[in-house]
Amino acid sequence: MIEFRGVTKRFADGTVAVRELDLVVDSGAITVLVGPSGCGKTTSLRMVNRMVEPTSGRILIDGEDVSDKDPALLRRRIGYVIQQVGLFPHRSVEHNIATVPLLLGWDRKRARQCAAELMELVGLDASLAKRYPAQLSGGQQQRVGVARALAADPPVLLMDEPFSAVDPVVRESLQDELLRLQSELGKTILFVTHDINEAVKLGEKVAVFRAGGVLAQYDEPGAVLQSPADEFVASFVRRAGS
Amino acid sequence: MIWDWIPRNQPLILGALGEHVVLSALPVLIGLVLAIPLGWLANRFPAARALLIPAAGVIYTVPSLALFVLLPVILGTKILDPANVVVALAVYTLALLVRAVADALAAVPRSVILSATAMGFRPPRRFLAVELPLAVPVLVAGLRVATVSNISLVSVGALIGVGGLGRLFTDGFERNFPTEVVVGIVLSILLAALADASLIGLGRVAAPWTRVAS
Repeated sequence: MIEFRGVTKRFADGTVAVRELDLVVDSGAITVLVGPSGCGKTTSLRMVNRMVEPTSGRILIDGEDVSDKDPALLRRRIGYVIQQVGLFPHRSVEHNIATVPLLLGWDRKRARQCAAELMELVGLDASLAKRYPAQLSGGQQQRVGVARALAADPPVLLMDEPFSAVDPVVRESLQDELLRLQSELGKTILFVTHDINEAVKLGEKVAVFRAGGVLAQYDEPGAVLQSPADEFVASFVRRAGS
Repeated sequence: MIWDWIPRNQPLILGALGEHVVLSALPVLIGLVLAIPLGWLANRFPAARALLIPAAGVIYTVPSLALFVLLPVILGTKILDPANVVVALAVYTLALLVRAVADALAAVPRSVILSATAMGFRPPRRFLAVELPLAVPVLVAGLRVATVSNISLVSVGALIGVGGLGRLFTDGFERNFPTEVVVGIVLSILLAALADASLIGLGRVAAPWTRVAS
């Protein structure tokens, strides 16, 4: 369980990215943060693994305050996937996936074996193990990104618009894969998107943010669609299905 | 050309060649070792960049002979000390590579650094395992320029008595003996070509991902 307790992030230039956020993210479920760009959803996500430090408030994972943890050690226990994938261009697919296991000090053989299992799990052919990221398609790269995030079996996964840069057909299949994976793995996933359709498809809970970093509504997708909390949410969800 | 001069003077020629290799390679190594931390500084801190990059440009415009003559005054070395040539060429190499390192580090995609941090790399390990390897292709390009230019500059050192193959030019000119001059020139060119080819090979081995068809 991830808890945001009265979390505010004000940047050095005075902009408030997240305002007094209270949110409880259920364990073993996909929770989607959705909203227009600049509404603080990515900032909220990055505060969970301390890529961004909150100005005030606390974030707890399973009751433990993340600010008490060593950032590097905390991050090795939290999977992270971003839109630009951020694979290491100089490392093979296998080596990319084994990144966190190797940081955790696993021996190479075990890390390689783990990478092979992960490739199978995310639907990547074993023949791609020795390829470099530049030799893969966008969809394959994002699968490697997901495999890399899952490699050390972290309980929590943060996903920041992971499927936004691929074409709609590939996006659809990656979304389906994520749902299939999640039904097997039961991770606590915090997923950021600006696409309400993606939010409704993937989220067991959906948190709609509005500009200024304010949480407008937090509910199951059906409830958000059928009874929007206010005019902003209503106009935002009207795009659903389009 | 008096061909049999060559076998008769083998020790002289090989000695000059060996000296030339050391005088050109050692500064490259020293320059590289210093350029990495300074390039990192220039990339990390805008103030360091504003100081280091223009300074490197200015240093590179100082004529080599002037630097060879000036260094004994600054370092307190003897005028004929090979250290003068080594230090001067190391300074040139450093001036050339600082910028290359800074630019190469700046060219590492932000998303790669971001994801490395998010995976749990601490900054020093991230630098050694991610940022520096990605800088290798640019670094090798800089090393090639520095190495070839050093090989040609070492000969200038002959004018202050320390010049590897350059001594064959000065000696040959003084004695009006073209064979010696030609041997010096040919060996310099071969040495430069060989060094360049080795660096290209080294770059391929050190950066295998740049060779794949994307």
